[in-house]
Amino acid sequence: MIPYLCLLLGFGLLWLVVPLAFSDKGRRSFVLALRSLWLHKLRSFLSVLGIIIGTGAVIILMGFGEGSMQDALEDIKRQGATNIMIRSVKASDESSTARQQRIAVYGLTWADYERMQTIPTVVRMVPMRILPLKVHHLERSVKGRVVATTADYAVVNKVQLAAGRFLSDEDDRYMANVAVLGAHVADRLFPFENALGKTVRLDKYFYLVVGVLADRMATSAVGGSSQTAEDFNDDVYIPMQTCRGRFGEKVVSRQSGSWNAEQVELSQVTLTITDMESVRPAGDVVKDLLERYHGTKADWAITIPLDRLEAAEREKERFVGLLFWIGFISLFVGGIGIMNIMLATVTERTREIGIRRALGAKRRDITMQFLIEAVVQTSLGGMVGLLVGMGVVFAGPWVSEHIFDMHRPAVLNVASIFYSVGVALLVGVAFGLYPAWRASRLDPIEALRHE
Amino acid sequence: MQPAVPLVARVVDLVKNYYLEEVVVRALRGITIDFAVGDFVALMGPSGSGKSTLLNLLGCLDRPSSGQYFLGDQDVSTMDDDELSDIRSRYIGFIFQSYNLLAQYTVVENIEVPLLYQGCRLDERTRERCLSLAEMVGLGDRLDHRPMQLSGGQQQRVAIARALVNDPHVILADEPTGNLDSRTSDEIMQLLTQLNRAGKTIIMVTHENDIAAWARRIVRMRDGHVESDVRNDRSTDRPAPAAHAAGLTASANSLWGGDPYRQPLGNDRP
Repeated sequence: MIPYLCLLLGFGLLWLVVPLAFSDKGRRSFVLALRSLWLHKLRSFLSVLGIIIGTGAVIILMGFGEGSMQDALEDIKRQGATNIMIRSVKASDESSTARQQRIAVYGLTWADYERMQTIPTVVRMVPMRILPLKVHHLERSVKGRVVATTADYAVVNKVQLAAGRFLSDEDDRYMANVAVLGAHVADRLFPFENALGKTVRLDKYFYLVVGVLADRMATSAVGGSSQTAEDFNDDVYIPMQTCRGRFGEKVVSRQSGSWNAEQVELSQVTLTITDMESVRPAGDVVKDLLERYHGTKADWAITIPLDRLEAAEREKERFVGLLFWIGFISLFVGGIGIMNIMLATVTERTREIGIRRALGAKRRDITMQFLIEAVVQTSLGGMVGLLVGMGVVFAGPWVSEHIFDMHRPAVLNVASIFYSVGVALLVGVAFGLYPAWRASRLDPIEALRHE
Repeated sequence: MQPAVPLVARVVDLVKNYYLEEVVVRALRGITIDFAVGDFVALMGPSGSGKSTLLNLLGCLDRPSSGQYFLGDQDVSTMDDDELSDIRSRYIGFIFQSYNLLAQYTVVENIEVPLLYQGCRLDERTRERCLSLAEMVGLGDRLDHRPMQLSGGQQQRVAIARALVNDPHVILADEPTGNLDSRTSDEIMQLLTQLNRAGKTIIMVTHENDIAAWARRIVRMRDGHVESDVRNDRSTDRPAPAAHAAGLTASANSLWGGDPYRQPLGNDRP
């Protein structure tokens, strides 16, 4: 809708500007408008204040909206826009079956994993098992999140290492007892020493630390999606096959006095798809697959970051729609200010109108003159508002970062420039029309007699 | 009846009524009068006699309630607003009692206004013409002044130059000296007389006898009728202002020589 509006405005402008530029009458009116603006500086400023605020508000809000949108986009890109995450979820109706079977069996299985491998657009697959376990080193222990995975995990999650290396395919193949520690885990287990080459204990086995991750910002849960925030700093990574060998598929934990046994083959599978266009179809295939083999058992959940991107975009659109109305209302109010002042001007300059009419001005000449005056006012107001808005958009993030210590990104939205200045022009025409028409209807003799 | 002298304006049985709420004001009650080319007419009469109404009608600022008005040989009385505006911008020059210059414009820009509304392009030639007119009325050194910076007499001179810029068929002056002291009045009247000698038709409303005395013909009005219509021979006795009368006449005549904007009255109107 907005691009069409801009187009319309463009043509409207052309229609206004072309005859102006080619007639001395129009040019004279334009110069006169500027002169009387300059003559009544304060009055003009006050009358276009509404326009200034309106355009400024649109520019500023659009700028900050765009900024936070881009921030969210960055965040989603960090998670990987081409990724699909499938997680095991403990279904709510599981409790009854669990009592019969004593062990709750749910979630993704290796069979699912193999089926997903047949999707042609999948480039990379990362299986994960997540076990909440204590990590020990000598007398120290940290409650961590043990993630059993493969080498591709580093690629998919864009893992950055502080020291050593990540898990390799060889580790997986030979079921090596190696571990890579998250930054916090390494920090707490080895506060005064280098973790590399030391061992940590998980359950009853020892693992050689081969790598430590760099401190990493947690991915936030944006847009109220099912994806929870992930804090990579508390993770301990071990090879997938090692995990299968050492821990098996069952997890037994004690919860509020009673033993709780679960059997989960895979906690999460992350798929990387060739490109953004294929993400959605691939997601649909995965859903179909899982629906077929899991039946009514809703023990899995799928997260597509791209969906969040779209959610964010939808949100932005809603935001823009809201802004449209805010801008519309403030510019409407500004327009009323212009109309008010133009009506006063027409009364004030009745005699001038009479003189011009006597000297041969047609009604439309008078209409045009006052219309031009209104448009000059509003468009100048729009430009001032634009400058103010741009100033705030450029200075605002810096100020909030350095003075208020808040992260408020802002990016100048190009469309909003055209939109606000165009609307300011349109307001000039719309609200200048009636006073200009009134001016043109004045009786020349009456007008000449006017004091 | 074909008059011997060509007529610039002819008014036949002109009636103008104003409607003020319930009351009908009969400003003109059937006036028939001719104005010859090159004449200098003073319209006189007490206030309410209809002289200003007649001048407004002659200036195409208003339309008569009934009757006909021929400017040249066009019937102006039936024209619509746009056509009347066009007539005003091409064939009529106005001089007002209170000068009525546009305060935001300089002297030159004020003189240019009628050309603007004719749809002329303002170029070197029109500029030249405005300058020479300013020169002619004796304001060649104040081209970029604003009206507020000029004296009353000077402002009226600018107004005269403005009234001349479109080379009108008739100059309508509404008490041109009403706001001026007697010395300045004399100067302005001399200027008008010179213009008349140079061939300009002038119709002037005044209620001062000594101003009317400058005219060649004095029309007295009363209650919307013409009361008397006499030739004033005294004006021809008046010595021609020696100063630059000859030069003025020459320049006024040559100003529009071969001018494309100039159109002969009457035969080219759609």
